Amino acid sequence: MAFNMHSYQITGVIKSIVIHAFCMAVALTCLFPLFWIVRSALMTNETIFIDKSLIPADLHFDNFQIAWTAGNFGMYFFNSVFYTVSVVLGIVVVSSLAAYAFSRLNFPGKNFFFYIFVAAMMIPLPGAFVPLYSLMVKLGLVNTRIGYILCMINVGLSLSILLLKTFFDKMPQDLENAARIDGCSKLGIWWHVALPLAQPAIAVIVIFNSLNVWNEYILAMLLLNEKTLMPLQRGLMVFQGSHSVDYPFLMAGLTIAAAPIIIIYLFMQKHIIKAYQPELW
Amino acid sequence: MKVKNFLLPQFKDKFENFLFIVPAVAIFSVFYIYPFFDIFRLSLHEWNGISPYREFVGLANFKELMQDKVWWDSIRNAGFITLVALTFQNALALALALACDREIRLKRFYRVVFFIPPVLSEIVVGLIWQWILYAGKQNGEYIGLLNYFLYKSGLPHLVNNWLSNPDTVLACIAIVHSWKGFGWGFIMLLAGLQTIDRQLYEAAKVDGAGSWNIFRNVTMPMMLPVIVVVMILTILGSMQVFVLILSMVGQGLVYHTEVPVTRILLSMTGTNQFGYACAQGVVFGMLLVAVSFALKKLSNKMKQES
Repeated sequence: MAFNMHSYQITGVIKSIVIHAFCMAVALTCLFPLFWIVRSALMTNETIFIDKSLIPADLHFDNFQIAWTAGNFGMYFFNSVFYTVSVVLGIVVVSSLAAYAFSRLNFPGKNFFFYIFVAAMMIPLPGAFVPLYSLMVKLGLVNTRIGYILCMINVGLSLSILLLKTFFDKMPQDLENAARIDGCSKLGIWWHVALPLAQPAIAVIVIFNSLNVWNEYILAMLLLNEKTLMPLQRGLMVFQGSHSVDYPFLMAGLTIAAAPIIIIYLFMQKHIIKAYQPELW
Repeated sequence: MKVKNFLLPQFKDKFENFLFIVPAVAIFSVFYIYPFFDIFRLSLHEWNGISPYREFVGLANFKELMQDKVWWDSIRNAGFITLVALTFQNALALALALACDREIRLKRFYRVVFFIPPVLSEIVVGLIWQWILYAGKQNGEYIGLLNYFLYKSGLPHLVNNWLSNPDTVLACIAIVHSWKGFGWGFIMLLAGLQTIDRQLYEAAKVDGAGSWNIFRNVTMPMMLPVIVVVMILTILGSMQVFVLILSMVGQGLVYHTEVPVTRILLSMTGTNQFGYACAQGVVFGMLLVAVSFALKKLSNKMKQES
């Protein structure tokens, strides 16, 4: 009996060593490329191709400053911040208004409109950017910030409305009723009661859409051709496509594009991971 | 007079309610619904994208597409990437999820780390791996980390022009795509595993079932709905891969790295055949809908049988 316990424990230890070795190896492939990029960003054009030491002898932190100014990555960075903030704000306001109405208010055609938003999520239409682009040309919205922002608001709209409506449906109505009796308008109830209560759902929407806008490329490529308007992802490709690529600065640019996402992710990982675990099942 | 007084407030109320969805409906109509119908209309025309005149050609674009060898090659390439994602990426995700679905140390660390690649953009991921897979040499040393590592660890025969060799480029893209995606599958599958009642495992153990039997007869049936969702989303995501390819090889290896989205973009911005591009989009979209619909049906049938 004692012997059995013992061998059981040994297999348990071996099992856990195998599991940890496996998980650690995978974790290393996730982390090392990031480290390698930051390391490469601190080298010079001469050493970057030759020196393979993990931590090079002299580190050029001024590469980041040069990439930020001369490489235009500062400009691209602020464009990305501007697009992300505007689009996410737009999505939160527009989708929460609609979701609130779909959940709480009555009007003709309510189900029809709601199902249109849901259906849009179910039907993938990979070529839709072709007619969208020619529409944007017609409307004169190519190479404008507002054009890109409106397109990106549209991209996040369906899912955000669906998530928020589901949340509102489960929310108790007592507070809203009390506010109504106190003479609060519908818009007032939406702003003062429903939105604050929906904070957990809004957090999910903010996370989803921020990542989506920050990382978006295809529409930025089609709609934004002036450097002064480009977000980071587009700027990275422009920088990389130029004839003589300064690799240390490209690596610095990659770091600038990835760092904010990773830092925010590490601070909010609990919420972010939760946002990607929808209870679809 | 009476009728008016009775109806008017109610109408005003409904109208006010409707105003709440007006911004969403307006944006959605212009930027989604209009393009949605326009793509079908344009696919029946020949149009260069600029001229006010477009010629109605019926199904000619679709006929041409059926005989477009490069188009079907591009679907095959995307299919290959999808197949790697479905097998390699999802198997890895499931293995890691099973490993972390127990009380092990560092569980939170693994969860956080595995989800880093999915939060990065495809551009960043593509450029990172392009740098690691870089094939060139300087002063007799390999520039790219992978080739350098292979050379130094006594495997010089494995050194390769990873991204400019037609035999390896697609596999490299598929593996990097899986690297970016497995953490997402891991998170979804882990969430599914955690909803399974532990008592089911205990009961199976008491009945004398081994680990494999428990996995086959308890875990898998319970996980089937989650696995189907993960598979459908994997197919939709992998078939539409494009940005990763652009950032890893650019327009470099034409034909070997063509996928449907690069073909659509080329028809549009390269050769100005907007009608043809729309026909490609319609066919590709219908293909995706059909595949995910078939998968959903299949899983429903499996559910009924078990």
